Amino acid sequence: MSTVAELLHDLVFDYTLRTIALGAAVLGVSSGVLGTFAVLRRQSLLGDALAHAALPGICLAYMATGSKAPVVLMVGAGVAGWLGALLLLKIVATTSLDEDAALGIVLASFFGFGIVLLTVMQKRPDAGQAGLDKFLFGQAAALVGTQVAVTALLGTAAIAVVIVFYKELKVLCFDPTFARTTGLAPRWLEVLVTSLVVVAVVIGLQTVGVVLMASMLVGPVVAARQWSDRLAVVLVLAGAIGAGAGVTGAVVSVAAERVPTGPAIILSLTVFALVSILFAPRRGVVPDAVRRRRRGLVAPVEVEAEAAR
Amino acid sequence: MSYGLAMVLTGAGVAVACGVLGTFLVLRRMAMVADAISHAILPGLVAGYWLANGPSLAAGLLGAVAAALLMVGFVELLTRSGLVAGDAAIGVAFPALFALGTVLITRHFSGVHLDADAILYGNIEFAGLDVWRVGGRVLGPRPVWVGAGLALANTALVVALFKELKVSTFDPGLAATVGLSPAAVQIALMTAVAFTAAGAFSAVGAVLAVSFFIVPAATAYLWTDRLPRMVALSAAFGAASAVLGFTAAVRADTSVAGAMACAAGVLFGLSWLFAPKAGLVPRARQLARQRLEFAAETLAVHLMTHTGTPAEAEECTLSHLGEHLRWNDTWATAVVAEAVRRGWAVRDGERLRVTEAGRGVAAM
Repeated sequence: MSTVAELLHDLVFDYTLRTIALGAAVLGVSSGVLGTFAVLRRQSLLGDALAHAALPGICLAYMATGSKAPVVLMVGAGVAGWLGALLLLKIVATTSLDEDAALGIVLASFFGFGIVLLTVMQKRPDAGQAGLDKFLFGQAAALVGTQVAVTALLGTAAIAVVIVFYKELKVLCFDPTFARTTGLAPRWLEVLVTSLVVVAVVIGLQTVGVVLMASMLVGPVVAARQWSDRLAVVLVLAGAIGAGAGVTGAVVSVAAERVPTGPAIILSLTVFALVSILFAPRRGVVPDAVRRRRRGLVAPVEVEAEAAR
Repeated sequence: MSYGLAMVLTGAGVAVACGVLGTFLVLRRMAMVADAISHAILPGLVAGYWLANGPSLAAGLLGAVAAALLMVGFVELLTRSGLVAGDAAIGVAFPALFALGTVLITRHFSGVHLDADAILYGNIEFAGLDVWRVGGRVLGPRPVWVGAGLALANTALVVALFKELKVSTFDPGLAATVGLSPAAVQIALMTAVAFTAAGAFSAVGAVLAVSFFIVPAATAYLWTDRLPRMVALSAAFGAASAVLGFTAAVRADTSVAGAMACAAGVLFGLSWLFAPKAGLVPRARQLARQRLEFAAETLAVHLMTHTGTPAEAEECTLSHLGEHLRWNDTWATAVVAEAVRRGWAVRDGERLRVTEAGRGVAAM
């Protein structure tokens, strides 16, 4: 264990820690912002399914090119995630199954295929595939500068898209029927929202892994939502909370021995979410209980007067 | 018992156990709850092993059920409070517990009894090695017994609570009114799912358990609308996935658990394409058939309208259909062939004549 001062010093001057923290921050900002739309559209678990669906894409990208360059693997992950999303929509549209079941089908089947490919590669004599299984739990420690730059670029592009289509996305989230009938949100915009989730997943896989990606998209939003009712504020807050949790998790995993980065990020994110749920001034559970208690102590007449107001 | 047979039997047992419960999860729109539970039990398993000082089945099961119920309760509480939507609550809760479990394992159990990757896809490959001995007697591979026990227990549960499960699944309001307590049924179902997930966990891992819970049940739903048949089919599809997956894995020398999940996915895909009523291909073919039949009726109407009029010689020819009905040549020929096959029209070179039967159809 190192002291806090040492950690802060390393955070700025140590290349490895700085890279990891930066990578985690980029991931946190992009998944917080992009996850907001998924959560508001009641598609919180979409990220979970698409993250699992990306695994065979990563394996196939490596098998096809023999390269483990981040860009190659990200393209593989993105294509497979997209395909998964497409299948999901098709299942919901053409069968009597719910989105819920369709998510599970895509998640489990794609992931099973990914495991099959991983195992096939592990039994090959060449050791080049080593490290692909790091996508299961993520390995922030393996992040390098170029990779962080690529993810930062991708994240910035996605957030730029959010800013450009802010009005349309907002209407789509809160009143999809109105958005469709007025032509504000044509079919491609819904595809765009799903694509943004795919981008967030692609950014996050390397760091937090397939399994924990769900929380990366949902956690910051659940936390941010407690503090504001305004979409713009929630978006900024979700990005900030995601980044905060990312950096905290990265630092904790370096400071404490044998704590993998992915789970560390998710656990600090959970703390952020729990604190927000419990203590956020207006919507928090504790302030609410305090208010009720106070109200219970005042005379009923006053309560009625307040209710009438 | 050969190692291969042990793997197949373990997989099939777990698949049946998951399949009978999965039916109700899919119908209640709780498929992703199975995913969440399969992951959330991890810290409970670890805590159980830790308390029991080793991989004890009973301690692991109890810990897992406790963790699962804790998560379900937490999600329920959050959803009820109106602060967080149900799916978002699930999305926060289960990764948190899973992350906690992973940290506990890497810190305290590293490489001993639990391995991080095995959490996700299990180690069914070792099913035959884990022999159960009771008082010097060798009873065979333990995972096989666990799988069979879970399958039996869940089948018994579903049979015993069939009425309650059915009513509370399709009409919770009615269930509450007639005193069948949907909440109690829900808790029973969640407990059974947690037990099954925990038992399946060491054999097939978290994700394959999800596959067995959801995919065979969803496949069964494409074949039938009747609940008892769906339960049976779900179990059968699960067991078939286990057998097929094992066979394929041996051939390709790859992960047995992953191949079983793939097989379940393939069975779903095939059913989605070809199931008699819900399949895409039968539905497309029926649509094409109806289209052709309707066109043949249109032809009969067309012919009857012009029969006996001065324009008959011109209107009632094959080549004229393109102009009048906007049919291209291939389609027109196909429609005429269909009308002739049905005995609604006769073809005499270029000339077409409506028959008595054709008049009947046209007049309808």
